[in-house]
Amino acid sequence: MPRWADVALVPLINLVLAFLVSGLVVLYIGENPIEALVIMIRGAVGSAYGWGYTLFYATNFIFTGLAVAVAFHARLFNIGGEGQAAIGGLGVALVCLAVPWPHWLLALPAAIVGGAVFGAAWAAIPAYLQARRGSHIVITTIMFNFIASALLVYLLVDVLKAPGQMSPETARFPEGATLPNAGVLAAIGLPFRPSTPLNLAFLLAILCCWLVWLLIWRTRLGYQIRAFGHSEPAAVYAGISPFRITMLAMLISGALAGLMAINSVMGEAERLVLDSVQGAGFIGIAVALMGRSHPLGVFLAAILFGILYQGGAELEFEMPAVSREMIVVIQALVILFTGALDNMVRLPVERFYLHRRTGHL
Amino acid sequence: MTGTSRTGRPEVAPSPEAGAPPAIELRGISKAFGKVQANKNISIRVMPGTIHGIIGENGAGKSTLMSILYGFYRADAGEIWIDGTRTDIPDSQAAIRAGIGMVFQHFKLVENFTVLENVVLGAEDGMLLRPSLAKARRILKQLSEEYELNVDPDAKIEDIGVGAQQRVEILKALYRNARILILDEPTGVLTPSEADHLFRILDGLRREGKTIILITHKLREIMEATDTVSVMRRGEMTATVKTSETSPEQLAELMVGRKVLLRVEKSPARPGPVVLEVRDLRVTDEKGVERLKGVSLDVRAGEILGIAGVAGNGQSELLDVLGGIMPATGTVRMNGEEIDLTGRRSDGQTRRAQGICHVPEDRQRRGLIMQFTAWENVAFGYQRDPGYNRGPLMDNDALRRDTEGKMQRFDVRPANCWLEARSFSGGNQQKIVLAREIERNPDLLLVGQPTRGVDIGAIEFIHQQIVNLRDAGKAILLVSVELDEILGLSDRVAVMFDGRIMGERDASATDERELGLLMAGMSGEGSPGPVDGAPGRGPLEQPA
Amino acid sequence: MDVAAILPLLDSTLRLATPLLLACLAGLFSERSGIFDIGLEGKMLISAFFSAATAAITGSVWLGLMAGVAGALAFSLIHGLASITFRGNQLISGVAINFLASGLTVLIAQDWFSSGGRTPALAGPARFSAIDLPFADALRDVPVLGPIYHDLVSGHTILVYVALLAVPVTWYVLFRTRYGLRLRAVGENPAAVDTAGISVTGLRYSAVLICGLLTGLAGAYLATGLNAGFGREMTAGRGYIALAALIFAKWRPWYALMATLLFGLLEAVAIRYQTVDLLGVTIPGPFMQALPYILTVVILAGFVGRAIPPRAGGAPYVKER
Repeated sequence: MPRWADVALVPLINLVLAFLVSGLVVLYIGENPIEALVIMIRGAVGSAYGWGYTLFYATNFIFTGLAVAVAFHARLFNIGGEGQAAIGGLGVALVCLAVPWPHWLLALPAAIVGGAVFGAAWAAIPAYLQARRGSHIVITTIMFNFIASALLVYLLVDVLKAPGQMSPETARFPEGATLPNAGVLAAIGLPFRPSTPLNLAFLLAILCCWLVWLLIWRTRLGYQIRAFGHSEPAAVYAGISPFRITMLAMLISGALAGLMAINSVMGEAERLVLDSVQGAGFIGIAVALMGRSHPLGVFLAAILFGILYQGGAELEFEMPAVSREMIVVIQALVILFTGALDNMVRLPVERFYLHRRTGHL
Repeated sequence: MTGTSRTGRPEVAPSPEAGAPPAIELRGISKAFGKVQANKNISIRVMPGTIHGIIGENGAGKSTLMSILYGFYRADAGEIWIDGTRTDIPDSQAAIRAGIGMVFQHFKLVENFTVLENVVLGAEDGMLLRPSLAKARRILKQLSEEYELNVDPDAKIEDIGVGAQQRVEILKALYRNARILILDEPTGVLTPSEADHLFRILDGLRREGKTIILITHKLREIMEATDTVSVMRRGEMTATVKTSETSPEQLAELMVGRKVLLRVEKSPARPGPVVLEVRDLRVTDEKGVERLKGVSLDVRAGEILGIAGVAGNGQSELLDVLGGIMPATGTVRMNGEEIDLTGRRSDGQTRRAQGICHVPEDRQRRGLIMQFTAWENVAFGYQRDPGYNRGPLMDNDALRRDTEGKMQRFDVRPANCWLEARSFSGGNQQKIVLAREIERNPDLLLVGQPTRGVDIGAIEFIHQQIVNLRDAGKAILLVSVELDEILGLSDRVAVMFDGRIMGERDASATDERELGLLMAGMSGEGSPGPVDGAPGRGPLEQPA
Repeated sequence: MDVAAILPLLDSTLRLATPLLLACLAGLFSERSGIFDIGLEGKMLISAFFSAATAAITGSVWLGLMAGVAGALAFSLIHGLASITFRGNQLISGVAINFLASGLTVLIAQDWFSSGGRTPALAGPARFSAIDLPFADALRDVPVLGPIYHDLVSGHTILVYVALLAVPVTWYVLFRTRYGLRLRAVGENPAAVDTAGISVTGLRYSAVLICGLLTGLAGAYLATGLNAGFGREMTAGRGYIALAALIFAKWRPWYALMATLLFGLLEAVAIRYQTVDLLGVTIPGPFMQALPYILTVVILAGFVGRAIPPRAGGAPYVKER
């Protein structure tokens, strides 16, 4: 099978299948799937307003997708992106509220550290339990999602809630901790409004894509992570410590998930609210699988899911019968077809190329 | 000599008795896996009540052919005739119905089941277990008395030795009324005496009229045990001859297609100072079983110390401990300096820095990352080499240049450093590992099963490289289950049994018979006592 | 604490343990056959929805039960297709199934009932009602045993008794029948089963379907027995807790009963005591809610003993040359 078929054709067919089945679901609900698709695409990329949301969501998914992808390279399935991002949000909020920041240029590096450290810390316990005690990381990270959610409820209701406020959320971050958003691009003629959620974190996400690529394919640590992911006994033979790699891969993974809060908490909400992650941690799984754990693939898949997310919101508005959960269904089908049913497409494609080649001989 | 033909369609041995049809006849069997043609137009006849050997190199297609006969794979073309009737064998169930039983090289037993449960599995008499087990217990007793197949029906598989496990596999086949028994490389895990026992069992089965197919790559077994022998090479059947009318040399030539050296050419060793000094090495595994029970040995510069023994007697653990993979207690000195066996400095990286390189027993599981390219694999274990690093990043260009040189010097084919390890043949994979480890010029090279799954052409090359390293004044610790290899390569031989060194011999002053006794846990000619100081050795034990 | 205070707690323990027990036994069949299943959660959820929805529409809890089981079976088949036929990653397939259930249930609920992803509240014959065991009332006044029989043993819905009965049945099937022998074998060494002439695929599909049936019962109980209707994400991680219980139980039926009762007790305590005063320190409510999840992690951390999973678990079976 040629390389392009492996990295592009098979995932594309998988994706088409996932969308076909999603279309059937829409059809079942009694709406026209083509019409729904048109509404979604127009809503997501038909205006600067749409683009602002699409890329904002995509930024979230790049972070969580990279998080899952890095863990995948070490053959660790981190389903805890949701909780790690939530706790990362806590870190970002604490940093932003702790100091009356004079300027975002000072606040941003501190917030990055806060988000990354908190996210990594939340991944550290499941990682340690996996590495030392052999506890199934899939189950422990899921449990940590639940625990994170309970912890945030407690903190926002009982501890961090701003005085005199009804809803469980922190006070608004100081002016100096506000990231510039795409509204500034209006100056060069791009019609983004000052209220657009798209912000500087998008550039940070792209930077992270490049850094992760560098890490995985160019550094010694990345080499060791990949070797460990392919074969643990071989890694031990080569003197690569499984404990060290498991910990490092999960810490990086958790830190990336935590960085999502730079976008959603610092860049957009400018305060910490309950459920600031909104399922982005889980979408990261679909994004990583579709992007085949490669940063470029993750980037493209994240944009696609950004379109789906923003388009889905428009869809709910114009077709009330199709609720927001349609996104979850599409996300599930993408995971199913690109992740679990991959061989259903791959084997016939392989056979096709084998036949073609032997036919030529 | 009848029926040998070097080219074209193979002939078959004429049937000795006109009346009896062959127990098995294969006609024109072909099978391809993707691009690899594993079997090409193979025809063979096996007469009832005989032991028929099938011999060939690794990858010659023997196991594939037998798997087709057992319904594990379907042939792309060809016919199977059992007792003169054309028989379709789409699955193992059909093979069992046709009276075929198979003992695979890797046993197909459920480890935490009892012997009885394993025998009954798939041949139960009804929904409930109790009656089936009771019946099986009765029949098992009969069978074991009849054929010397003694095993405890209530023992768990994981608690009995490999010899007993193999007997369970034979019992499984007989319990299913097999008239034709196929054994795939049955002696690989047995001591010489256990192998003799096996051949006695097979002889008894033949006398009862059973037909036996013995697949092996060991010429000696063919000569000792079989009535007729077929030779396979590169998926083709090159000859079928009567065993009494052939010789090992002729069979070897038929297997390889050219004359081969059966011995390694090397000059006498010139041993220097002691490089590796091991004293009272002990390892206990996760289950609490002691796998090394006080091993002591020395390896000198410029000599090859061969460790002989049946697989599973502690050789793998010895390599793993010395290679930094497994913790242990005891003392190990490298060039006079004690090395850490348990702590933070006990890992593969530190060992390499101490001048110990390791060609592991299982190159596919340990020695290589099969999904990595050749050049990525050349850095494997040496990822910290400053030559492969540039600042925080790896210097992939330097790595690729280095790999190209190594592939050329070690004749790796195809010499394309971008290919993934899994797309090389076994021999070429091993050459990549050897190139990586030998070119480090280590003071001590650990080598495990250097030629397992390697074709004969590559074997000569690999042996030569190991001898060259010795001649360069380096110490080599060789572990192999192939006695021929041990005797051919080593200067001194130590035999391991049950986690202990049973004795050491000068390679030129010993033979297979003596080593065989030591491998079975008996010291040869009643010569007791540690040859090279193995303190705390307990009383001699009989094989399990 | 006296009997009067402890009985209601144990009573709700039993009720809360029931879905966990059914799901745990479901996982036991699947994992004993070598198929890991983290999709228990999703299968329970889809069954909970279809049972409640069907019961709400038809007014019959039995039709609801059948619909719920059918939904769980359908999801089992997807998992079987992915992990047995197409040798996909069993973890990823399970995750996909959980999301699919999470999305589909709310989507369809919204389409059918337009009430925020819920079904209407169930009542009367659309719900499983409590069964009074014989002589429950007559024996009520017998000291100690009477209240235990009346309040704790009697007065549950049929599915509670089915779940309890499933424990000895599972044990018997697993260790006393031909099917059980083969099932245990295929999870340990599928090659042994294959060479013995038994279909690995067939065995594993059968186990996955049994798993679907049991998760179907668990989900139906959740929506039509324990609660009166379906609400979004109502399984709330019970599928994962059942998996943890399975590991805790070392893949054995009787231990599974013990493990799920323990988790049931924990949940009952968390529900009954929203906040707990312990030696003058008030433990906040969210902590009590998180307690089952925290305990799951503690148990998985192996502080209560090591468990060896079925050896061939999680790996698709490929014939080797």
